[in-house]
Amino acid sequence: MNRTLSGLREASQPYRAVLASRIRAQRSYRTSFRADLVGTAVVGLTEVAEVLVLFSAANGTLGGLDLRQALLVFALSELAYSLADMVFGHVDELAVLVREGQVDVFYLRPQPLLAQVVTMDISLRRIGRASLAVVVLAWALVANDIDWGATSVPLLVISLVCGVAIFGANFVTAGGLQFFLLNAHEVTNAFVYGGRHASTQPATVWLRSVTVIFGFVFPMAFCAYLPAMLLLGEPGAEWLPAWLGWFAPVAALWAWTTALLAWRFGIRHYQGGGG
Amino acid sequence: MRVYARILAAGFRTQTRYLPAAFAGLLANATFGLLKSGILLALVDGHGGAVAGYTAGTMAAYAWLSQGVLGSVNIYSLAGTARRIKSGDIAVDFLRPVDVQFASIADDVGRGLFALIPRGLPSVAVGVLLVGMTMPAEVLPYALGAVSLLLGITLSHALGYLVATAAFWLVEVRGLQILYMGVAGLLTGLITPIWLFPDWLVAVALATPFPAVMMFPIDVLSGRTTGAAAAGLLAAQAGWLVVVLAAGQVTTRLGRRRLEVQGG
Repeated sequence: MNRTLSGLREASQPYRAVLASRIRAQRSYRTSFRADLVGTAVVGLTEVAEVLVLFSAANGTLGGLDLRQALLVFALSELAYSLADMVFGHVDELAVLVREGQVDVFYLRPQPLLAQVVTMDISLRRIGRASLAVVVLAWALVANDIDWGATSVPLLVISLVCGVAIFGANFVTAGGLQFFLLNAHEVTNAFVYGGRHASTQPATVWLRSVTVIFGFVFPMAFCAYLPAMLLLGEPGAEWLPAWLGWFAPVAALWAWTTALLAWRFGIRHYQGGGG
Repeated sequence: MRVYARILAAGFRTQTRYLPAAFAGLLANATFGLLKSGILLALVDGHGGAVAGYTAGTMAAYAWLSQGVLGSVNIYSLAGTARRIKSGDIAVDFLRPVDVQFASIADDVGRGLFALIPRGLPSVAVGVLLVGMTMPAEVLPYALGAVSLLLGITLSHALGYLVATAAFWLVEVRGLQILYMGVAGLLTGLITPIWLFPDWLVAVALATPFPAVMMFPIDVLSGRTTGAAAAGLLAAQAGWLVVVLAAGQVTTRLGRRRLEVQGG
């Protein structure tokens, strides 16, 4: 046991060295870092404002949810997304790395490519947005009528972990596809940012095509809507009944399977940056 | 003046070389169009068919027009000038016999106008096919709408330029850009029509140039605002454009005096 632990520590040493240097680098430009923190928090605030505007304009409920319930869905999604963005967000900029010829270097090192790309950066500025999400989540958990029985706390933890995993998988899928889509990488915005947006909405308002894409292909409903409906004791949507929320780990597994396939596909396609 | 027209045409032609990028943008726009349509139509439905003057048809028109013009108006980013100030390339721009501000904006407007062809029109077509939307039957709203859209596109790039000149003082403007993206996304009416906001927030939005970027052109194009009121919106847009351009001239001149480029 001790040996595997120290083996793990040794294997992860290069990654930890890179991450530590990135963290030090971001903290050394203090004014810039503070501006970034405030910036991401303001982006989070405008996202909250959107929910507030839409659900306040509604006659009591919108898509079967009232404002408090909508904020619970929003906060679950926002927290999972901002944490995934902090760790995996830069994988979405793979097309830039390819164009600048930086990817070739990763191929030369004796470490898995995905592990290198994920650990090449960590965006501490997203802490601003994540903190806001924590505040909204705490408020929503208190303000809503939730039965805090034996299952609620594990459900909350499982769905947050799976939410981060699903959003992270989307970033990795985007990275894998960008090996092909160099100049057309905005395609991946459709499910990375479209998926984020979808996950904050009640699935009851989705058009049928959206239900297929963001209910199952990219399982965004499992990040926030379904777990929130379970917590609230609400029935869920037509094709997405609340009990499906317990299957969030399956959804996360599915998302990572497609993500790793897309990534493998991408790195095998890559021919080098020339020069 | 002719030189700026040629820069504008060059910007337009640059984008013809990036068609896959344009279609990629269209796919992303259409995805958001579907997401917006779903929730906004549910909102109209919940109010028994009309909210803040929108019916299902005009709300769908809002959703798809706003996605359609997104490739042309600039809401998300600052002008490339910010990057050139940081790298020092701006020094070369100052040596050219053209106005730095006008040249930058003309280039961006040219690119934006091209985006209407592969992104704007198809986006509206997708909306008509998938969701169905109500558009005016007369010619006048489209004529006024075209002028309003041109003003909106120009204003958005003039704003992007003005904020980018902050780099003369700050050098690194990423935080400012994120901030700008957040505020502009809400107040331009990209996320929801500003007319759904509570009164105080409508007042805040109208005190800024942001609604003139996107909300006003959509109101005019969709026929929500017509006649003298529409002319009023166009005048407001023109007014903001003059103010923002003048401010950009001032910051460019002040910034030029502060500019310090190392190396040679």
